[in-house]
Amino acid sequence: MSTVFQVLSPGFLTTVQDKGRFGYRSIGMPVAGALDQYSYRVANLLVGNDQDAACLEITFLGPTLRALDSAVIALTGGAFQATLNEQPLPQWQAVEVKENDIITISEAKVGARGYLAVAGGFDVPMVMGSRSTYIRGKIGGFQGRPFQAGDELEVGLPLREPRHYIGKFIPSEYIPKYNASGIVTLRVIMGPQENCFSQKGLQDFLMSTYTVTSESDRMGCRLGGTSVEHLSKDHAQIISDGIPPGAVQIPGDGMPIIMLADAQTTGGYPKIATVCTVDLPLVSQCKPGDEVHFLEITRDEAISLLKEQEDKLYELQLILDSDISSTAKHFRVMVENRYYDVWVEEPERRNS
Amino acid sequence: MGGGKYLSKNFCIKPAGDSALLVQLGNEISPELNAKVRALNLALQHSHFIEGIIETVPAYCSLLVCFDPLKVDPLQLEAELEKAIQSATEHIFSQPTVTVIPVCYGGDLGPDLEFVSDYCKLAPEEVITLHSAPNYLIYMLGFTPGFPYLGGMDPRIATPRLENPRTKIPAGSVGIAGEQTGIYTIESPGGWRIIGRTPIKIYDPFREPPVLFSSGNYLRFQPITLQEYEKIETQVKLGTYEVQTYQLEKGGPL
Repeated sequence: MSTVFQVLSPGFLTTVQDKGRFGYRSIGMPVAGALDQYSYRVANLLVGNDQDAACLEITFLGPTLRALDSAVIALTGGAFQATLNEQPLPQWQAVEVKENDIITISEAKVGARGYLAVAGGFDVPMVMGSRSTYIRGKIGGFQGRPFQAGDELEVGLPLREPRHYIGKFIPSEYIPKYNASGIVTLRVIMGPQENCFSQKGLQDFLMSTYTVTSESDRMGCRLGGTSVEHLSKDHAQIISDGIPPGAVQIPGDGMPIIMLADAQTTGGYPKIATVCTVDLPLVSQCKPGDEVHFLEITRDEAISLLKEQEDKLYELQLILDSDISSTAKHFRVMVENRYYDVWVEEPERRNS
Repeated sequence: MGGGKYLSKNFCIKPAGDSALLVQLGNEISPELNAKVRALNLALQHSHFIEGIIETVPAYCSLLVCFDPLKVDPLQLEAELEKAIQSATEHIFSQPTVTVIPVCYGGDLGPDLEFVSDYCKLAPEEVITLHSAPNYLIYMLGFTPGFPYLGGMDPRIATPRLENPRTKIPAGSVGIAGEQTGIYTIESPGGWRIIGRTPIKIYDPFREPPVLFSSGNYLRFQPITLQEYEKIETQVKLGTYEVQTYQLEKGGPL
C-alpha cells in the first residue's frame, strides 16, 4: 500500500465507489456503489483487478491528478476529454503512468460518468463491508466525502502483475454506445405498483418521451414531461415499502424518478415499473436535457440480457488475463456437447 | 391455502424488476401484520437464506427480497418464498426491548415546539408530556440509515409538516410530521416539525450494530434539560455514555 495520487483539482463530483454496500438495506443504509456497474467492472478488468475493487467515479467534469509513483490505470464510462501530460489519454485501455505524470480528465463529451481504475484498487477503509462513498451518510470512500484538492490517495497491492495489462484495450463491440440515437431507450419491467395508475397514466408512461432534469443526482434520475396519472389522488401514496435500485417512482406531481444507488431504502410513492439491471448504466450516463423513453419487456427477457452481459464480461476477462490480442476474433464452438472459447488472431499480429 | 397457522392467507408476490420480489402480506399498518413481516424475515434468515437471496428489506406490511437472478430462477424463488410463508408459523419473538432516547425539548434544539404547542392548543409542557409518554413501536427502519418508522404517537400532538422544508436538519433532531414522529439520524434536509434533539448517536457506522435499535422493539423519549444534554453529549464523545434499554414488560410505564 502506498500513496500514489495527489488530487490537484477534484472535478465536479469525484468519489471512491465499488460494487456497493450489501446487507444493510434493512436498517436503512442505501447500497451506494458505482452507478454504471458495467463500465466500473470493465475498468477493473483492464488493470487486472478483481471486478469489485474500488475505482473513482467521475461526474460531468473530472479531476486532475498527479502520480506520485508509477501505476497502471484505465478510464472507462462516458467519453471524456482526458490527457496524460497533455497528450490524449486513451479510454477503455490500460495505460502506464509514472511519477510526476499529470492526469487531467476534463468534460464528458458523451455520457456523464467515468470510472478510473488503478491496478491494486484505491485503498480506502472498508465501512460496513464496502469502500463505496455514501455522501449523505458521510461514510465510506475517502473520509466519507467527494474529493478535495490536496487529497492523497493510496493504492492497494495489485493481485496480478500490472505490466501484463499495459496497452490492453477493450474491443469496440464491448464498449457501450451511450445516447447514440439521441433518445435513450430504457427497458422496464412493469410493477410492482402499476395498479396505482390509470390506463391513461400507463399509456403516457410508455408512449411519451421524458427529459432528464438538473435535479438528478446519485439518489435519483428525475424526469420531466407528460405527467403520469394515478388512478386517484389516494393512489399517489402507498404504505411505505422497500425500493429496489432502478424503481421508477411516481410522486403526486406525476413526474417519474428513477431510483439509483444512493436512493432511500424505503418510500411511500407507488412504483410504476423498474428499469432492468443491464440498462441502469444508461440511466447513470444521462445528462440533464437528455431524452429517455421507456420500453416494457418481460422479466425473462431482462434476465437473458443480464446473462448475455455476464458472458461478455467473462469473455473480456479471458482476453485481458491471457496473452490473446485484443483484436482477436472470439468464437464459441460446441464440440461433443461442451462449449469452448476460441480466439483467432490475424497472422501479422502474431510476431509481437 | 387456508389453515390458521399460515402467516397470511392473502399474501401476494410481485416482481420488482429483474432482481427483487415484493412479498405483500397485507395492506395496512398494524402491529400484528408487521409482526408477520418480521416473522417471515426471521424464517428466511434462519433457513440461512435461500440460495441466491442477497438481502431483504422488511417494511410495514411487506418484505422486499433482493436476489441474484444469475444464481436463482425467480420462479423457483417465488415457490420457495410461498413455502416459507406457509410453513412459518408466527414466530415467538423474544421479549421486546425499550430503548430510552434522552431528548432536550424546545429552545434552539427544538425550534418548532412553540408552533406545535400553538397548533395543538396545548402548553409546551403538555406537548412534551404527551410526546414522551408512550413506548413507540419501531415498525421498520428505512429512508436513511437507522431512521425509525414509529407507531403510537398521541394524535393530540399531530401537526402538519413545514410548507418549505429546511435544507439542513442536524442529526439527532426529533420531529413530528402529521401523526408520525421520528428521529433524523443523519444531517439531512426535511420538513418535519423539530421539537427537540437527542445527544446520543442513533446511527454510527463504526459501531456494531450500527443502529441502536431494531424493528419490532420499542423506544421511548425521556425529557432532559439542556445541562443534561450537554453532559450526555460529552459522554457520547468520550465513549462513556451507556444507552438505557430495558425489557418491555419488566420496567417503566407503558
